[in-house]
Amino acid sequence: MNAVTLNETLPSSLAVTETEKPAAAAEPPRAARPTPLFETEGGKRFLENLGNAAKATLPPALGLVLFAMLWALIANSGGGIPGPAETWTAAVELFSDPFYDNGPNDKGIGWNVLNSLARVGIGFGLAAAIGIPLGFLIGRFAFLNRMLSPIISILRPVSPLAWLPIGLLVMKQAEPASIWVIFISSIWPMVLNTAAGVQRIPQDYLNVARVLNLSEFKVFTRILFPAVLPHVLTGVRLAIGVAWLVIVAAEMLTGGVGIGFWVWDEWNNLNVAHIIIAIFIVGIVGLLLEQMLMLIAKRFSYE
Amino acid sequence: MQSYVQIENAGMTFNTKKGKFTALTDINLHIDQGEFVALIGHSGCGKSTLLNLVAGLLDATDGVLLLANREIRGPGPERGVVFQNHSLLPWLTAFENVHLAVEKVFGGKESRAQLKARTSKVLDLVGLSHAAHRLPGEISGGMKQRVGIARALAMEPKVLLMDEPFGALDALTRAHLQDELMKIVAATQSTVIMVTHDVDEAVLLSDRIVMMTNGPAATIGEILDIGLPRPRDRLQLANDPKYHALRSRVLEFLYSRQMRPKEAA
Repeated sequence: MNAVTLNETLPSSLAVTETEKPAAAAEPPRAARPTPLFETEGGKRFLENLGNAAKATLPPALGLVLFAMLWALIANSGGGIPGPAETWTAAVELFSDPFYDNGPNDKGIGWNVLNSLARVGIGFGLAAAIGIPLGFLIGRFAFLNRMLSPIISILRPVSPLAWLPIGLLVMKQAEPASIWVIFISSIWPMVLNTAAGVQRIPQDYLNVARVLNLSEFKVFTRILFPAVLPHVLTGVRLAIGVAWLVIVAAEMLTGGVGIGFWVWDEWNNLNVAHIIIAIFIVGIVGLLLEQMLMLIAKRFSYE
Repeated sequence: MQSYVQIENAGMTFNTKKGKFTALTDINLHIDQGEFVALIGHSGCGKSTLLNLVAGLLDATDGVLLLANREIRGPGPERGVVFQNHSLLPWLTAFENVHLAVEKVFGGKESRAQLKARTSKVLDLVGLSHAAHRLPGEISGGMKQRVGIARALAMEPKVLLMDEPFGALDALTRAHLQDELMKIVAATQSTVIMVTHDVDEAVLLSDRIVMMTNGPAATIGEILDIGLPRPRDRLQLANDPKYHALRSRVLEFLYSRQMRPKEAA
């Protein structure tokens, strides 16, 4: 970066001094001195960029440092919580071999995360496949909306884990039961946001459809779907957040391979450093999922 | 000779939460083919409602509306509408927005290449060939409105309905688009009904100005024949006593006889 700036600025700095020479000649003779690097155009721009970068990165960095200090302070005051350094060492060891496989109860952290993601993917995918079309129907037909809204209002606030026993009872197995919990907890944001999106399509767009006398198919593909897509993606983003929250708790109860069960396993082993690592993993994976969907949503936002 | 657009005793009553609200009553208006008619009145006088009746977006509760001797039932592509806020679909480019209309009206009869040529031609007509593949969010308000006009013109409508098409634009852009519109209308011989609240715009563009009384239960107060020769030039008209006399007539109607009702809170 620095080298590039140098190459760019040197010729321009020479040019400036050359053009200024006639004016300078009238003054007492002074050796033509190249303008200092940071006073040239490129140099100023470089400093400005540096300043902007510092403004952007300094506050988050400061926050992280303060967080680590607070953490170290708590760890030092006793209570068996490992400090940042200790956790870091454990993390390096853990991530040096993320995909080992020593039988069903001892797999690498990578396998655990992937298994959890797979469960979330299936449960969430099913919820999207049913929830989004259902949302369209509810938004389009007032009758259906009035018919289903009391049921949704009652079921939506239920804690996701309350559905686990029902899943276990019906499916007799832990694996589909945890997928069921993901499904039932992540379907509501998608249904509700899609329905709200359909209801909020500007009348202008529908008037355009009426004036052009578009076919139902064209109305859907050219107007309804693109107009509602941002709302659908908001629902998807909320839903995947919920799904990722719930999977940890569900796996703690059902067992198997997964990040949630891994946390519980490490608690039984009294390996607190691993639990802290798991908390970071859950947080970072959740953040990545969210950011990924934000990027997709940005692509389809036209306002 | 039969009029092209006939509005006979039309009235519009809305069912609102507070009971019935009569917006329009006893509207009688005949418009000839190729005529340019401006609807003017204070806001809330129902001029947009009247336009929506002709567009078929609303159904008259009284009376009857005819276009070329056929009753108007619902909207249709033979009546091209230019909406107040352009109403372009933001996920389609200017070209695609216009093409959507072209495809619908001529899709059954013409080849794909012909449809594309038609779309390009009408974009060229409004001077937007260079911005054809930009999204509405990437072009200025005046350009968006021109795309809206292109979309309506592309359908080769029997009647062009414009609802305050230039209301949201700055004065310079508005003047420019008014001139463009005059050229386009002269070239296409379109029948136009335009809602406006701009007296100068109404006098400059139209053959007749329909002045509406204040609502509720608004109706046509007076119809003014403009009779200024075409083509019209805004600079020459600025010094034309006849233009000023017409302008004064409209102003007098709006501000003396139909004083703006005091703002009911």
